[in-house]
Amino acid sequence: MEFVVFLIAGAIVVGGAIGVLAFANPVHAALSLVATLFGVAVLFVAQNAQFLAAVQVIVYAGAIVVLFLFVIMLLGVDRSDDLRVEPIVGQRPLALLAGVGVLAASLVAVLSAGGSTATRTVRSTAVAIPTEEPDVTSLGRLLFTDHVLALEITAILLTVAVVGAVVLARRPGRDEPSVEADVEAEA
Amino acid sequence: MGDPLYAGGIGLTVVLVTLLKVLVTFVLLLVATMFMVWFERKIVADMQHRIGPNRAGPWGLLQTLADGTKLFFKEDLLPDRADRIVFRLAPVLAVVPAFLAFAIVPIGGNFAEGGTVSMFGRETFLQLADPPVGVLFFLAMSGIGVYGVMLAGWSSGSKYPLLGGVRATAQIVSYEAALGLSLASVILVNGTLSTHQIVAEQAGAGFGGIIPNWNLVVTGVVPAIIFLIAGTAELNRPPFDLVEAEQELVGGFNTEYSSIRFALFFLAEFMNTVTMSALVVTLFLGGPSGPVWGPEPVRTWFFPIFWFLLKLVVFLFVFVWFRGTLPRLRYDQLMDLGWKALIPLALGWFLLLGAVRVARNEGWNLVVTFGAITVVVVVAVTLLNLSLRAAQRQRLADAEVNA
Repeated sequence: MEFVVFLIAGAIVVGGAIGVLAFANPVHAALSLVATLFGVAVLFVAQNAQFLAAVQVIVYAGAIVVLFLFVIMLLGVDRSDDLRVEPIVGQRPLALLAGVGVLAASLVAVLSAGGSTATRTVRSTAVAIPTEEPDVTSLGRLLFTDHVLALEITAILLTVAVVGAVVLARRPGRDEPSVEADVEAEA
Repeated sequence: MGDPLYAGGIGLTVVLVTLLKVLVTFVLLLVATMFMVWFERKIVADMQHRIGPNRAGPWGLLQTLADGTKLFFKEDLLPDRADRIVFRLAPVLAVVPAFLAFAIVPIGGNFAEGGTVSMFGRETFLQLADPPVGVLFFLAMSGIGVYGVMLAGWSSGSKYPLLGGVRATAQIVSYEAALGLSLASVILVNGTLSTHQIVAEQAGAGFGGIIPNWNLVVTGVVPAIIFLIAGTAELNRPPFDLVEAEQELVGGFNTEYSSIRFALFFLAEFMNTVTMSALVVTLFLGGPSGPVWGPEPVRTWFFPIFWFLLKLVVFLFVFVWFRGTLPRLRYDQLMDLGWKALIPLALGWFLLLGAVRVARNEGWNLVVTFGAITVVVVVAVTLLNLSLRAAQRQRLADAEVNA
């Protein structure tokens, strides 16, 4: 049963990924990306990680790709760009090289760690989360105990990103020093 | 945890019961939608001193059916400049999540006695699915629903739909934050994501045995109001219906749609309205809980479903009432309300609930705690106000310079 689910979801994931690369129209490519994200969410559910699946759909499919599409729609770049033009010289060979490298690295990782079926079953039972506790609870506990530093740093990073986005997006209207002017106006 | 139906393995009875539940949920949602369209038209007609639909069936009850049939047999147009695949995909992407979202709503079951009913000798919940992440499932589905509107607007290859689609996306993404943050308060108080558990938490008697133990009271009304407002915006219903503002955008994102595809959008919109009302009831008004009497089948079957439907109708009426009485917001007002009022308020309230909870668990002095909370709230509100005013002044000055 799990194997069948894996096959179908895996096919969707790979198909979507190929679609992202193959479609000339950016909107179609973004939709393929949604399919991939969905496939991954299904795989999460099959692994009993419902929380991750839900977050995957809410954050990636429901927010990030929506923003991609939003930008595509607003900028009107939906008429497929000319793919023969190479914006940065040497980008494509380097990208190919990097892609092959990543693929090789992950293959090595899977093959060396995968081993025989016996070791795999042993590992999966050893790592198995106690099923009485919902995965949200265990995730939350881990995040706020063992990994609290990483969590806080991520939070700061996100805050910095938001502030940076606001600063960059602000239209430089009149000559800059606005805060001081406001203080003077107040006084 | 989870539906007791699946506790003892999966046999033929279990599959049949599940299929029955799927069928009932599907039909219930469709009938509720049909009823809702009629209800809305009748109520709005009453509010505007008109008669409303009164031809098809008694009191015009079958009007929706007639309209649906008509739409079914109309010509299906495909605009010349449309993106053929996406144009066909969009209505489906709107309808499917609308159907799925309703699956997590508990529509019955006496929660004073565990919230189960027995069906063919099996104990089960009266809801199609009770995933451990129920509430998030709803958020995920409403997040997917955005695609329907957005892609419909884009794929039509025409400017009014595109504008409608862009507006819809911005609006739904903005208000999803407020919706999620008000939900977070409920999750914090109930300590669970499963809708069944959330209803079960609200079952017992509350304050003084008279006021119910509903989240509406327990979370202190504010999250419920925020949820209702953000939900209305999420549904693109008036006064937040800029997405299809007829006076500005012809028909908005669905301008180019006709026939059954248009009907699908219409269906999705009303199904979402029903689901959103059902969710307000589930999250804040104790779902099917209420006083029950009588022997076994009446007590576990009739009364809970009756209470649920009654509360549902109240909120459906509220949505129609909004439409009948409130003028549409301007776009900047919409964004101001979402980002500068609802989101800070929802976030602040969430922190407040968290602080109260910690104080109670740690046994802190109540007076000191509330004093500290008051100080923090005053400081936060002042800061927010100052920053908003500074931003507004600057915006005005910018406009002056640019003019």
